[in-house]
Amino acid sequence: MLMGLFNDWVVILLMMIGLYIVIAHGNLIKKIIGLTIFQTSVFIFYISMANVEGATAPILADKVTLYSNPLPHVLILTAIVVGIATTALGLTLVVRIKEAYGSIEEQDIQHQDHLLSAEKEKGKQV
Amino acid sequence: MDIMVIILSGIPLLIGSFLCISGSIGILRFPDFYTRIHAVGVTDTLGTGLILLSLMLLSTDFLVIAKLVIILLLTLLTSPTTSHVLAKAAMYNGVKPVLKQS
Amino acid sequence: MLVAVATIRMKDLFATIMLVGIYGLLSASFFVAMDAVDVAFTEAAVGAGISTLLMLVAITMTGRSENTTRHKPLLALVVVVITGGLLIYGTLDMPYFGAKDAPIHTHVAPRYINDSKQEIGVQNIVTSVLASYRAFDTLGEVVVIFTAGIGVLALLSVAHPARQNEKSDKIESYNDSMHKQHLVVRIVAKMLIPFILLFALYVQFHGDFGPGGGFQAGVIFAAAIILYTMLFGINTARRVINQSFIQLIAATGVLLYASVGVVSMLNGGNFLDYNVLSLNPIAGQHLGILLIELGVGCTVASVMTIIFFNLADRREMQLSIKKHRKKDKDSTPC
Repeated sequence: MLMGLFNDWVVILLMMIGLYIVIAHGNLIKKIIGLTIFQTSVFIFYISMANVEGATAPILADKVTLYSNPLPHVLILTAIVVGIATTALGLTLVVRIKEAYGSIEEQDIQHQDHLLSAEKEKGKQV
Repeated sequence: MDIMVIILSGIPLLIGSFLCISGSIGILRFPDFYTRIHAVGVTDTLGTGLILLSLMLLSTDFLVIAKLVIILLLTLLTSPTTSHVLAKAAMYNGVKPVLKQS
Repeated sequence: MLVAVATIRMKDLFATIMLVGIYGLLSASFFVAMDAVDVAFTEAAVGAGISTLLMLVAITMTGRSENTTRHKPLLALVVVVITGGLLIYGTLDMPYFGAKDAPIHTHVAPRYINDSKQEIGVQNIVTSVLASYRAFDTLGEVVVIFTAGIGVLALLSVAHPARQNEKSDKIESYNDSMHKQHLVVRIVAKMLIPFILLFALYVQFHGDFGPGGGFQAGVIFAAAIILYTMLFGINTARRVINQSFIQLIAATGVLLYASVGVVSMLNGGNFLDYNVLSLNPIAGQHLGILLIELGVGCTVASVMTIIFFNLADRREMQLSIKKHRKKDKDSTPC
């Protein structure tokens, strides 16, 4: 049983590493990197599910009888491209945040937000 | 005839693999950035070339041989250029080569 | 796995991005070992290539190192361990790796594997599922990529005043001086870029017979353009490839895809039903797949180029603002 489920456990370990990077690090680019690791480990999970023992790639050929399952391949193909589209958009957001706030550490940004809201309240009272 | 082909293609394969391994050991053991690049660039290019050569001897289909030739040319073209660019970038950024063991 | 753990520890963002690139390449080779050739191709091109490149461009603008976290990561560790434990408990029921009688292999997949040859006649089953059986999902994916391109344009585009004529002499002299410095790389790149573009076209049209298709071709095409831009400067690249032309191509790709669906509807079938596109259903399928892969390739290539150009332009703008600020500081003491 251990060898049968080994792939799944390795993938879960990778996913947890990605999740940990997203939660525990304050730097925004590090968070995006953690998300990328998370995404790629989910792809590994799907593709390892699609594998059939003793089969070849799902391209029709004459002498082959057993093919790997093509449906997860299609899903992951879409997922990879969508993943990079969202990563690119996330990176541009980080660039703009850097221009607006001056830093990309989560705590600095929250600190500046607190200062801004405190000033606004003072302005309203006066 | 078959044995001849197998032996003839096995020798470059072994030499190529040995060169790749020694290139990797070179990265770990050489003292300086530039010597490391030199180790990897030279040995990896030659090792990859020899491995591809042996694969060419082993295959029977002409299309596969043609594709392997193209991969060989590409590797010969890009791998030394990569070493060159890395060394140039290091020079530009101020990594100094170790000239004499003090 | 080791690569992922090392990613946590590093403080230097540049090295971290390189590690992510290695992680992408390792997972691409894993996909090859799993007989998923199309996915391996895409992951190698996108994950290990373009993704690493875009992250590197982003950190040129945001800084190379990160500060240490001030709060203890203990709570995060607890959350992660609990989630991991729950997930492992969930996998105890799952079928073993490579088993032939797992549910996903016996219910839906055999229908596609067995019938794909008669209904569509394309050898690559992944392409036939992606482009014909599930074409609507692929339409959604193309629209997502296009939206990401629009988002990047909205956030990062820099206005270009009339800079066509008076700057051409400056660009020429700049190019010549740069040429001596980067001679080797430029010549090698000039030799390689036509072949890269040719390879992109080969991958695009060969998606029916082997691994390939629109996405991979688009990414490789964009990689060739980015290589040219990196070596010859953003100004020269902009003169070679006009920004509005690229935006037009991006929109045209999506439009081509959707219009194939509309033409199918006008011919009497459902939306994106290729059987009615031509007299012979199989020929109709081939025609439909060809057209939409072309649309996908156009959009992906142009959106990747747009994203890279805009990030590079933003960097140029930041550098020139810094230069202006320095000049003002020197001339007008506060």
